[in-house]
Amino acid sequence: MPTHYEFTIPARAPWSHVVTKGQAIRITDLKGNQAVDCVLYNAHDPAERYSASETIVAQKNIFLEMGTILYSNEGRAMMTITVDTCGRHDTSGGACSCESNTLRYGHHTRHQHACVENFLYELARHGLGKRDLVSNINWFMNVPVLEDGALGIVDGISAPGKYLELRAQMDTLVVISNCPQINNPCNGFDPTPVQVVIQDH
Amino acid sequence: MEADLSTPYRARDHARAKHGTVIEAMPTIPVTAAHDVPADIERKSLIWDETLAAGEYTSRVLRRGSRLRMINKLGDACAQFLAYNADRPIERLNVADTVKVQWNAYLGEGKLLLSDMGRVLMSITRDTCGRHDTFCGASSEWSNTRLYGEGANHSPFPSARDRFLLALQKYGLGKKDIAPSISFFRSVRIHEDGSMHFVASASAAGQVVELRAEMNVLVIIANCPHVLDPNPQYTATPLRVIGYRGPVAPADDSIRNAGPENQRAFENTDDYFLD
Repeated sequence: MPTHYEFTIPARAPWSHVVTKGQAIRITDLKGNQAVDCVLYNAHDPAERYSASETIVAQKNIFLEMGTILYSNEGRAMMTITVDTCGRHDTSGGACSCESNTLRYGHHTRHQHACVENFLYELARHGLGKRDLVSNINWFMNVPVLEDGALGIVDGISAPGKYLELRAQMDTLVVISNCPQINNPCNGFDPTPVQVVIQDH
Repeated sequence: MEADLSTPYRARDHARAKHGTVIEAMPTIPVTAAHDVPADIERKSLIWDETLAAGEYTSRVLRRGSRLRMINKLGDACAQFLAYNADRPIERLNVADTVKVQWNAYLGEGKLLLSDMGRVLMSITRDTCGRHDTFCGASSEWSNTRLYGEGANHSPFPSARDRFLLALQKYGLGKKDIAPSISFFRSVRIHEDGSMHFVASASAAGQVVELRAEMNVLVIIANCPHVLDPNPQYTATPLRVIGYRGPVAPADDSIRNAGPENQRAFENTDDYFLD
């Protein structure tokens, strides 16, 4: 019987699931301009995990787009972007945290919910923890770098219904934080749900 | 003629005859014997003097306030770099936060190296190079194998990632602690379309990057060719590393007060050291 898993991740919530080799996961930005923070692990050896540097060095481009192969810290292909109706995605901006929010926006943001909180909570379900948090992907998030190096999270280029699809090249634990950030444009200042669908490719 | 090492006494004498050998790439022990100490560094404040040849690595714990000066002696070194809170190394350098919080991807004088806990691990107090990389991470066995034909740690072309691993293992840390790293003295520039372009060596000998420890930090440095260095030869010229004692950043420090993000990062750091 073919696999079909479907789930709508509520606004601000974490989620995780193993996508087995050959399966595909579709992530849909239901309401538009919703950053989806994402980390990937080899489902059988989580010391092998997504590496932003391996991925961007391999393609000599900092943006993730159709055709990008997502590489692990062991230099192996984990997943490939096979469909993308958004255009480009970020892997340089990291995940928001309570701690970095205080630097970016003020000490008053210390107790706001953040992606690192989501990741730590979800990773604990898999026996993983803070050591396992390294570089991440920000689907649907727009982080340009200007000529002088200026870098920042700016208005998104996503829109309601935009989606991407990833084909797994190894059994991959996909961990998502549906970003709760409310201090910058990454979620249009209004976090919304996103949908994930996993099926045989 | 080969030495006669047929007895332990002869072997001992043979070994002891090596005493005092000096080569370029080695630590100066004791540090008081350091030669060619830069004129602006007080000799009595020295805590570390070491030179790394291509592929070599080192690590050290530096107390809050201490300075780490890296000298690109001949202009073709690449200091691949990691930093941790030495007291609780679960807190470590976060390159993404470092560029995001400071609104700029390119490091230089006055910039901070931020931890993943919203604190300043180190700040860049001096930089005569101005070209460093926060994107490409460490060279690896597979990238070196692709570039040089072999890249195993025991080969002539060890990678920064393997050097990081060995350094970390000596502190009870390991593979999971290899966070995204910085390369000093080597750079890529990002074009508008996101493409990455290696900046060729300007071969300016004597470039200096100096970091001030804003917490008690564990630093790990590997002098390995940058992963995008187009040179088909595995080359990195000697990197000299000097550590010396210094005062904690004062209240009127220019880096501390360079902007609201800096101020809050230092406030968080000061808060951490309250007891």
